[in-house]
Formats: sequence, C-alpha cells, structure tokens
Amino acid sequence: MVEVLKAGLFDTIQDLGRNGYQDLGVPISGVMDRYAATLANSILGNTADAAVLESVLVGPQLKFTQEIFICISGADMSVKLNDIEIKTNSIYKVEVGDIIKYGKCKYGCRAYLAVLGGFQTEIVMRSRSMYKEVTALSRIIKGVELPILKLNTNLKPSFSAVKIDNNHFRMTQLNVLKGPEFDKLNVDVQHKLLHTAFTINKDSNRMAYQFDDTLENPLKGIITSLVLPGTVQLTPAGKLIVLMRDAQITGGYPRVLQLTEKSINNLSQQLIGCKIAFKCE
Amino acid sequence: MLTLFIFHEKLMNFELSYRRFSEQSILVEWPQNIDEFILKDVLLFKQYLATLDVKSILQINNAYNSLLIIYNFTIDDVYSEITELKTHYRQRNIVKKSNSKLFKIPVCYDEEFGLDLEIISAEKQLPISQIIALHSQVVYTVFFIGFLPGFLYLGGLDKQLHFPRKKNPRQVIKKGAVAIGGQQTGIYPNVSPGGWNIIGNCPLEFFIPKKETPCFASAGDKVKFIPVSRLDYDDIVVKINSGNFIIENEDIDG
Repeated sequence: MVEVLKAGLFDTIQDLGRNGYQDLGVPISGVMDRYAATLANSILGNTADAAVLESVLVGPQLKFTQEIFICISGADMSVKLNDIEIKTNSIYKVEVGDIIKYGKCKYGCRAYLAVLGGFQTEIVMRSRSMYKEVTALSRIIKGVELPILKLNTNLKPSFSAVKIDNNHFRMTQLNVLKGPEFDKLNVDVQHKLLHTAFTINKDSNRMAYQFDDTLENPLKGIITSLVLPGTVQLTPAGKLIVLMRDAQITGGYPRVLQLTEKSINNLSQQLIGCKIAFKCE
Repeated sequence: MLTLFIFHEKLMNFELSYRRFSEQSILVEWPQNIDEFILKDVLLFKQYLATLDVKSILQINNAYNSLLIIYNFTIDDVYSEITELKTHYRQRNIVKKSNSKLFKIPVCYDEEFGLDLEIISAEKQLPISQIIALHSQVVYTVFFIGFLPGFLYLGGLDKQLHFPRKKNPRQVIKKGAVAIGGQQTGIYPNVSPGGWNIIGNCPLEFFIPKKETPCFASAGDKVKFIPVSRLDYDDIVVKINSGNFIIENEDIDG
C-alpha cells in the first residue's frame, strides 16, 4: 500500500482514460499530460496504460508500507525520498516505511508518480481514472491507502532507455487545427485568434483551461454538438475555453480550434498566469 | 410499417459535410436543424458503422445532427477516410434496425420540486395544471446523452413550453430535477449547477456507474413523463432503495 499522509492541491489516480462510455455522457478523463505519464511508465517498463498518481503544483506526502520501484516524470516538484531530493525520470527503489514528500515546484505544473506495475485502485467502466460521477473517490485525500503490486521475481523494472523532450515544458506555441466553426468567424477575429498571446486564468482545471483575454464574438451559439479534449470554444462573451481531459462530450459554443494531442500535453504543464498562443499548421 | 419506413428513408439522402475534427477523428454533419428525421438518419448511420465492426474505429459519438468518428490512429490521409465514410453512408440502408424502447418515467410536479412553475405560468399566461399537462402528454425522443453522465437530451417539447434559460444559473440543482431550457427539456441525473427552469423531480436513477448498463436509456429511445403525487413519489423512492422498482417500458419500432 501507499498511504497518503497529506494530500496535495489536487491529486488523482489516472490512466489513459475511459473509452467506450462517451455515449452515456461520461468524459474520457485520464492523465492530463500523456507524454509525461507515459514516460514515467516506460522508464519503469510498465505498460502505457498503467495507473499513475497525478499531482498539480503542490504534491502530497506519501508513506510506503511495502517495497517497490518508482519513477516520477513531468513537473519537477523537488520530491524528497526520506529527506533526500530525487530526480525526475529516474528509477528509485523505496523500502517499507519510506516517505516521499513533494516540495517546491521548479518547472511545469503536473507531476506523475508511477510505481512498478501501476497503482491498483478500483476499475470502474474499464478505467482507474478518478472522476466525480464515476469513481467512489474523485481525488486523493489524507488517510487513503493506494494498493500496489507486491514486488517479486516476476515484477522487475526493465531499465529501458528513453529519449526526453526538453522542450516539453517550454512549448507555449500550441499547434492547432481549424475547428468546425472557424470559417464562420470574420477575418479580423480569425487573425486575432492566431496572433494573440492569451493569459491562462485561475478557472483552469482538468475540465478546461480558461483565459483572461476577450475576443469579439460575432457568432451565435450552435445546436449542441460534439466536442473532444483539445476543442477550443468561443463563448458569447468572447472568452476562449480549451477543453481538457475531463471535458463533457457535447457543447453548444462555437468550436473555433482543435489542439493537437501533443499541444494538450504541453498546455497541461502551463501555469495560471502564463501566456500561450495558437499556431495553425 | 417498418418496411415502408425504411423504403421511405432510402429516398432521403441528406447532404452531409465531412471534415477532419482532431488528429484522430472525423466530424460528419447533417443540416443544422433539430429534427427527428435527421436524428433517425444520424443514428442509422451510427448503427450501420457499428455493425461493420471496423477495427480502427475506437468510438462513435452523436449529437442532434452530427457524428464524431474517433479512430485509434492518427489520420494521415483524411480524403481516403472520408471517401470510405461516404461509401458507407450510401450503403447504410441495408442495416436491420434494432428496436427502441418507450420508458414511462414518473415525475412529481409538486410545488416543493417545481421551483420555476410559477414564473413560467405567469410569463406564459398558462395555468400550472396546463404546463404539467403539456409536459406530460408528449412522447419525447432521446437524441443523445451528454452534459453530465446520464443527462438525456430530449426532443419534442411543446412550443408553448419553450422558455429561455436563466441569466444567472443556480449553483446547485437537485438530483432528479426535471427542467426546461430553451426548446429542450431534461432531467438532472445528479446534483449540478445549471441554468434550466425547474418544473418537477424524477425519483429514478439515470446513472449508476457500477451497473453493466449504467444508464437504462440510449439515443433513439422514447420517454413519456407520468405525473405522480408527492405520496407516490416517496413510495417510488422507497421501492428504488430496496431494489423493487422496475421502470415501465415497452418495445417500439425504431
């Protein structure tokens, strides 16, 4: 087990998400930054869909009640293993009673803790990803015990070599495709959309990122239609909303852009107050 | 009757637009109207694609007049995927339609639940009894499920009951609230913020994640609201809690 001594700002167990239930209005969910989470898993030799612990800005304090190999990728939150700072993208062995403490966030904003074999929390609708309406727990809280696999001869880390993309945390130019309603915007708004640095505001979370800036919006709402993570909506008030992993599956605001998968990962590591821009390929 | 209907549909090929939506998905759009014939065609095409069991298709989602086809790979050649979809659309008529169900759903329109009945009544110059009658006499179509897990988008609301969404949404809407938003009516499956006008409450569970079928209804099904008294409402709640309530339903031809 991994015992939660203290919860962070918003810690959740996530895998690659829940597919096949969008028809019931269930979001896909899953790790915000698939690049970083997959990296942690592949360094350990886990499958890409092994469940990891996602933390944002302020991480938790954890106590291990069994030995296991771990790896942290994504944001560098100055994580200490028994008071000694450990590196990201590296394998460490933790022993019974060891304590992990997250500290100051140096860069990025989402960190991923992978354990060998993946976290073994409940599977609901074919995924361990926590989501309010679906799983019993919607986030990690103090006192929760997270089950992990028992280390034995069959469970060994693979020490595979991986290439790390150092630009991942610096990408503030987000690659986009034009959304279904892009062509309905007038040329002036289209130009502004692709040539403005937008500032991420405090209402940004796993469901959507929002921005301080306002654009003129000549479009009315659309008949409720389909959206995906990465869909950029323009509200009647001229605000942009970038839907993220916990987004609902339908929406009534014009869909002006669509982020690439890589750009969703990049945006997931950008903080409130940062500026981003959209670049159409 | 069914054969006649399919024959009729054969004649009606809509002008569809196809476009890449994300790196892994293609959006197919029908004319921009909320219309039962369009929905039937959307669902027919969706069902047809599902029966083809194309391994590379991960998921197909629908709304009023669109399908989103999500593939398990990054689309390199959008043109060839679209051409293939167009061929499938032309061939879709041969699919055997599955039966839909009509669900009879109890709703208590008591003033305790129907927080906005009086406002609607005053604005529309309609007695509350008339609002309830108009709301419960229609057979609604489940167009799709979205917004929240288990939130049914229902088509068929009587024009006299169309009523704009609230300018300032409520922070908390009770689970089961039956509401009107613009031309639409629906039931909040869980506590949620929301801007629709509340006229009653339904005691049923619309989303049980651990059940094999988490939501009893799916797109294409029909729904009729059955007004129940406050006492009957409590009685149904007791039955649901003890697992003794069965939602009344019947098979209908899709």
